[in-house]
Amino acid sequence: MEEIKININGRDIVTSADRTIMEAARDHGIEIPNLCYEERLEPYGSCRICLVEVEGARGLLPSCYTRVTEGMVIRTNTDELHRIRKTIIELLLSDHPVDCMTCERAGNCKLQDLAYEYGVKKSPFEGEVHVYDILADNPLIERDYNKCVLCGRCIRICREVQGVGVYDFVNRGFKAVPGTPYGKPLQETPCEFCGQCVSTCPTGAITSIPSKGKGRIWQVEKVRTTCTYCGCGCQIDLHVREGKVVEVSSPVMVGPGEGNLCVKGRYGYGFIDHPDRLTSPLIRKKGKLVEASWEEALDLVARSIRKAVDTSGPDSVAFLTSARCTNEENYLMQKLARAAVGTNNIDHCARL
Amino acid sequence: MGEERTRYKLVLGYGTCGIAAGANAVKTALEEAVEKGSYDVDLDIAGCMGYCFKEPIIEVTDRERDYSVVYGDLDAKKVLQVLEEHILNGRVIEEWVVRKSDDPSFGEGDFLANQHRIVLRNCGRINPESIDEYIAVGGYQAARKALTQMTSEEVIDEVSKSGLRGRGGAGFPTGTKWGFARKARGEEKYLVCNADEGDPGAFMDRSVLEGDPHSVIEGMIIAGYAIGAKQGYIYCRAEYPLALKRLEIAIDHLHQRGYLGKGIFGTDWDFDIKIKKGAGAFVCGEETALMASIEGRRGMPNPRPPFPANEGLWRKPTNINNVETLAAVPWIISHGGDKYAELGTEKSKGTKVFCLAGKVRRSGLAEVPMGYTLRQVIFDVGGGVREGKEFKAVQMGGPSGGCLPAELLDTPVDYEAITATGAIMGSGGMIVADSSTCMVDLARYFLSFTQEESCGKCVPCRIGTKRMLEILTRICEGKGVPEDMEKLQTLAADIKAASLCALGGTAPNPVLTTLKYFRNEYEDHILRHKCTAGVCPALITLFINEETCTGCGACLKVCPTGAISGEKKEPHKIDPELCIRCKLCLSRCPTESIWAE
Repeated sequence: MEEIKININGRDIVTSADRTIMEAARDHGIEIPNLCYEERLEPYGSCRICLVEVEGARGLLPSCYTRVTEGMVIRTNTDELHRIRKTIIELLLSDHPVDCMTCERAGNCKLQDLAYEYGVKKSPFEGEVHVYDILADNPLIERDYNKCVLCGRCIRICREVQGVGVYDFVNRGFKAVPGTPYGKPLQETPCEFCGQCVSTCPTGAITSIPSKGKGRIWQVEKVRTTCTYCGCGCQIDLHVREGKVVEVSSPVMVGPGEGNLCVKGRYGYGFIDHPDRLTSPLIRKKGKLVEASWEEALDLVARSIRKAVDTSGPDSVAFLTSARCTNEENYLMQKLARAAVGTNNIDHCARL
Repeated sequence: MGEERTRYKLVLGYGTCGIAAGANAVKTALEEAVEKGSYDVDLDIAGCMGYCFKEPIIEVTDRERDYSVVYGDLDAKKVLQVLEEHILNGRVIEEWVVRKSDDPSFGEGDFLANQHRIVLRNCGRINPESIDEYIAVGGYQAARKALTQMTSEEVIDEVSKSGLRGRGGAGFPTGTKWGFARKARGEEKYLVCNADEGDPGAFMDRSVLEGDPHSVIEGMIIAGYAIGAKQGYIYCRAEYPLALKRLEIAIDHLHQRGYLGKGIFGTDWDFDIKIKKGAGAFVCGEETALMASIEGRRGMPNPRPPFPANEGLWRKPTNINNVETLAAVPWIISHGGDKYAELGTEKSKGTKVFCLAGKVRRSGLAEVPMGYTLRQVIFDVGGGVREGKEFKAVQMGGPSGGCLPAELLDTPVDYEAITATGAIMGSGGMIVADSSTCMVDLARYFLSFTQEESCGKCVPCRIGTKRMLEILTRICEGKGVPEDMEKLQTLAADIKAASLCALGGTAPNPVLTTLKYFRNEYEDHILRHKCTAGVCPALITLFINEETCTGCGACLKVCPTGAISGEKKEPHKIDPELCIRCKLCLSRCPTESIWAE
C-alpha cells in the first residue's frame, strides 16, 4: 500500500493509505477514545466519541471510519472535541442505570471508562429512562437492554463474523433497540450461542449467565492457553478465581481465531470440574469398569494389539484419533499405525 | 379522450390533493352525465394544477375560442351545473371561477401569473397517464437530443452551465455531482431518483410525480447517459400510491416504445429503471440510508466519505438526484443551460418549487425564479395570511429548517441568503404561521417529528433530540426554568456538530431559529407562564365574553368535562378548575365569544 504523510496533533506521521485515522493514530501511540469501534468489525461510526477535526473537512469526522489521505492535518484532542465527547457520555448516562456496584461488567466496561476519563459523575440531562425486561430466556446469554448504548456491535459481529444475523435494530428514535426477529427468544432463532455478542458488548447489556456473580475482571487471574476442542488453535484466556475456571474469553486479534470463539470454546468449560470427568484410565474387569494406572492400561492396549496382529494380521486393527489432540499427537498416532503396526487403518473423528 | 374533436375539453385535477378534496365524486358525476347527455365535451384528467386551496378543480377549455376557465371548490352537484351553464348555455359561472386564461387579474389568476413554471411546466396541463400527451408537448425530445447528438461530457457541461443545484435541500451543483460519478472508476454505475419526500408540509415531489412522471424519467435517462449508468432506481415512499401507480404506467409505456431497455432511441445505449418503495422511514430520504434500504438493509445512514459517487449502491459509483432536480433537466437540455441560468441570483439559478401550507391563504404549489423574496412568494403568490390575520413566521425547509419572522420577509430565495438566516432552503416546504401559532409549540412539534424519525444509530440524534424535546415539552407545560434556554442552545450546538447525518445535524434548527427570532415567546412561557398565542394548554385560560354570549348552549353541549354552565339565553361561564383547555367550545361558538389567554 502507498505510503502517505499526515499530521496528527502537530506530529508528522508516515502511514499507509489503507489505514483509518484511528488506526494510523494508534500505530503511533495516539489513542482516540471510542465506543462502537471494534477491531474485529467493519467501522460503523455511530457513537461519535471518536470524532476528530480534519482541516478542510466539512464538520467533524469519525476517525474509525475515515481513511487517511495525503497531507491530512488531524486534531484529536481539542477543547471542542472534549466538550462534545463529554456531552455524548452525559447523554448516554442519562439513559443508563448507574449500578456499576453490582454490574457484571464493572471494570471491563467502556462506558464506565469513558465516564471516568471525562469526569462525568452524573448526567445533567434528566428525562425518560428505558425500562426493559431483562431477557434471560436461555442458559447462556443474558440481555439487559437497559444498559445498551446501541453501538450495534452485537448486531455486526453476529452478521459480519458469524454470518448468522440473529439481531438487528428494531424501532426508531429513542425507542430504537437491538432485538431478535419478532422478539423471539434466542433459542427460537438461528443463534448458535457462540457468545460473540457477549464478547463484543462494551457494557453490561449482554453478559454470560454461567459466569454471573462468579467474579469480576479484577478478581480473576487470566490464564492464556489454546482451546482444546479442535485443531484451529484459538487462543483463550481462562478466567480463574480461587482455582476454578469461571469464564472463558479470547484475546482480540491474537492467534488464529483473532478473538472469536464458538460455543464450545466459550462455554464448554464445565467438564473441568465436573464429577463425571474421567481422571484415570478404566479397565473392564469381570464386566465392571475399574480404575487403573496408565502403565497398566497402556500395557493392556499394547498386548491386545499385538495379539490381534499376530492372530489376524495388521489390518485387523484400526486407529481412531481425536480432533482434540494436537497435530503432533495425531501425526504420532498415524506413525504408530503405519510404521509400528503396519496398517493404513487410521482415521480421525473430525466431526466438530 | 374522444375520437372526434369536441368543442370543449374538461380536465379534472386528479392528483392526491384533488382526490382528497372530493375529485372522485366529481369524476363519477361528470362521467355519468357526459355518458347520458349530449354535451360537446371530452373528459381528461391531469395532475395537480397547483391550486390545492381550490380543489376539486376542473379546467374548461373552449377550443373554438382558444380560451379556458378554471373552476374550483367543486362537488358532484356543482360540476353538473357547470355542464349545464357553461357547456350547454355558454355562460361562465363567474363566482366559481379560479382563473380565466384571458384575464389573469380575475379571481385567483395572479396565483399562476406570479409564477415561472419550468419544473411544473406540464403539471395540470397533460394527462400524466398518457405518454402521447407528454410527447405532444415535446416530451423525450431532450433525451433523444442528448443520446443522439451529444456526448456525456457535453450533457454534463450543459447542466453545469445551467447552474442547477440539488433541489433536495443541500443545493450541491448538479453538474459537478454528475461529473464525479462520470469520473468514478467502475464499469457498473447506478442512478437513483430520490422520491422519498417526507418533510411535513412538503408535497412538490409528489405533485410532479403525479402530474408529470415522464419529465422525471426523461431527466433520469439523460442523467444515466451522462454519468454512464445503465440502471436507474426510483426510491419512492409507499405512502404515495398514486405517484407510484403513474410511475409504473409511465415505465410500462416506455418499455413498449423502446424508450427504456436495450438500445433506447435507436442508439446502442441501454437504460432501465426499477421502482423501490420506501417503507415509511423519513430518514431514508438521506442518501446513504436510502441506498441501504434499496439494498434490503435497515435504512440507517453511514458516514461520508466515502461518497456515493465513489462507493454507493452495492459499493458501485452512484449518483442520487431529487425529483425536482431531474424534472428540470429535460428543459435545460432542450432550452440550453444558459437560458436556465438567466433566471435566479448569482449563485442560485433557475426556479424553485415551494409548497405553501399552513395559515397561508392559497395553499398549493408555487414555482418562482430564485431571487424572489419570501414576501413575493407568500403574499404575491400565496395571497398572504388566511382570514386577514397577521403574518408571524414562515417555517422553511421542514423539520431541518428554521422559522423566519416578518422582518426577514425580504430575504431572497437563494441558498446562501436563506442559510444565513439560520433556516435552510430545504426541499421547499413553506409553512406559514400567524398570531395563533405558538412558536415554542411549533419548535416542539418539529422536534417531536425528528425524534420519532431518528434512526437511532448515533447518540446525539437519538438521545440528544429526545432531551431537547423533553425540555421543550416542559416549557410548554409551564415547567420551564430560565436555564433551559441556555441548555437548549448548547445541547443543540453539540447535536449539530456531532450527529452522523443531516437529520440529526439539522434537527435543532427549528429550536435555534425560534430561540433567535422569537425568544420573547420562550421568556413568556418560562418567566411569565403565558402562551400569548393561546396554544399551550397548561398556560392558558378560556373565557366567555358575557356581553356577546347569546347563551345558545353550543359550547355547553360539546364540553367533555362539564366545565361550562349557564341558563339558556343567559351568558355562560367556564370553570377553570374543570376545563381541560381542549378548545372544542371555542371552535363551536357561533358568536366568537370565547377566547383563550
